Amino acid sequence: MAILHNNFSDSATAHEKAVAAIWNILEEVCDPEIPVLSIIDLGIVRDVVLSSSFNKNGEGVVVITPTYSGCPAMDVINMDIRLKLLEHGYKNIKVNTVLSPAWTTDWMSDAGKEKLKAYGISPPNPTQIVCDTKLFAELEAIQCPRCNSYSTKLISQFGSTPCKSLYQCRQCDEPFDYFKCY
Amino acid sequence: MQDSNLSNIEKISKSSRSFQEPPLGGRGAFLLHLADNSLILAQRNSEWCGHGPVLEQDIAITNISLDLLGQARNLYQYAAEIIGNGSTEDSLCFLRGEREFKNCLLVEQPNGDWGKTILRQCFFSVYQSLLYGQLQFSKDDTIAAIAAKAIKEVTYHVRWSSEWVIRLGDGTRESHKRMLQALDELWPFTGELFLPAGYESEKITGVDLTALQANWLHQIENILEEATLWKPGFGADVFMQSGGKTGLHSEHMGYILTELQYMQRAYPNSEW
Repeated sequence: MAILHNNFSDSATAHEKAVAAIWNILEEVCDPEIPVLSIIDLGIVRDVVLSSSFNKNGEGVVVITPTYSGCPAMDVINMDIRLKLLEHGYKNIKVNTVLSPAWTTDWMSDAGKEKLKAYGISPPNPTQIVCDTKLFAELEAIQCPRCNSYSTKLISQFGSTPCKSLYQCRQCDEPFDYFKCY
Repeated sequence: MQDSNLSNIEKISKSSRSFQEPPLGGRGAFLLHLADNSLILAQRNSEWCGHGPVLEQDIAITNISLDLLGQARNLYQYAAEIIGNGSTEDSLCFLRGEREFKNCLLVEQPNGDWGKTILRQCFFSVYQSLLYGQLQFSKDDTIAAIAAKAIKEVTYHVRWSSEWVIRLGDGTRESHKRMLQALDELWPFTGELFLPAGYESEKITGVDLTALQANWLHQIENILEEATLWKPGFGADVFMQSGGKTGLHSEHMGYILTELQYMQRAYPNSEW
């Protein structure tokens, strides 16, 4: 779904173009906690549905999914989407939240991962190692976003927001957030 | 102006009085039970905010609180849909009385020291992970979606709380002593988790509580053994507290709700 808006060709119908225009606007809506990431980078926009004869007053739905059940940013994101669309003249587009399929860090875009690292947050590892219940298990190596060392240690599975855990680099001593696989 | 305020108050007190208990055995009651469990434990854990033994663990327990609150919201929203009758996630949370809450007694127990909070979390999270493990295959698509979402979070809770039970149980003489005390205090509240209420029959929930109990006990015994703590008995001859699931709560519940519901009771219809 997320790929649609990037590569529509000249042969795209007016309807496809209208949908793509909405996707482009959503690119401007950022995560309130991690302002370098757009909600598209995060992969929380699942779908954009517009009525068949769509104009700016037409009806439509933006479907989003929460990263975590209790993510407090969701209400803000919901409002930001509606405000941003209003700003562009779309008055009748609703925002719906769906839970299934459950969000995963797999849906984060590569561009998003690069932006995260530049911002000082270690992006989720490309090989997904999701938390399991094996106690004291050997943890995956997480790269320090500042000095790139893999010699880092976990401080806590729970960080400044539900989606991050806390690490410290053994090389440069810097503590940093890791966007945990999920 | 005053008139409209008055009618609002009337409306809300009416709606709280006329709140209809969903028929026992219904999905609505089961959803409320799941939601109440998460909400009350979230409320208890949040009491630690700013008081945790170290900053990182303070953040951890409040993160867990937030996860549980999120799960509770999802469940209340769906419960409100099923119960209807003008109920909303907020009315279910803020306008039901003590007897209408269906959470188990375990989650309403006082925090005690850090060890007791950790052990309570461990007992509950292991239970929740097994329960959601089954509910994610529920025939009810919404329950399945909520469970599939929650189980990822609960996995972190299980791991965090079990590791801490082991660390503290197998830690210093003082921490070991405190974990024994916590075990003593909390164990009688674990039996209720597997004592099915009317709305928990396998027909409604699709969950086999007996199998769940065996798995839970196995997992908990392993953790307690690793933590060098004693293995408490679990069977017909061991006294277990019960009643929470059908609204008969311990003396702590009223105080929790008083704090939790204060704003809506004092200023009906107030919004954030």
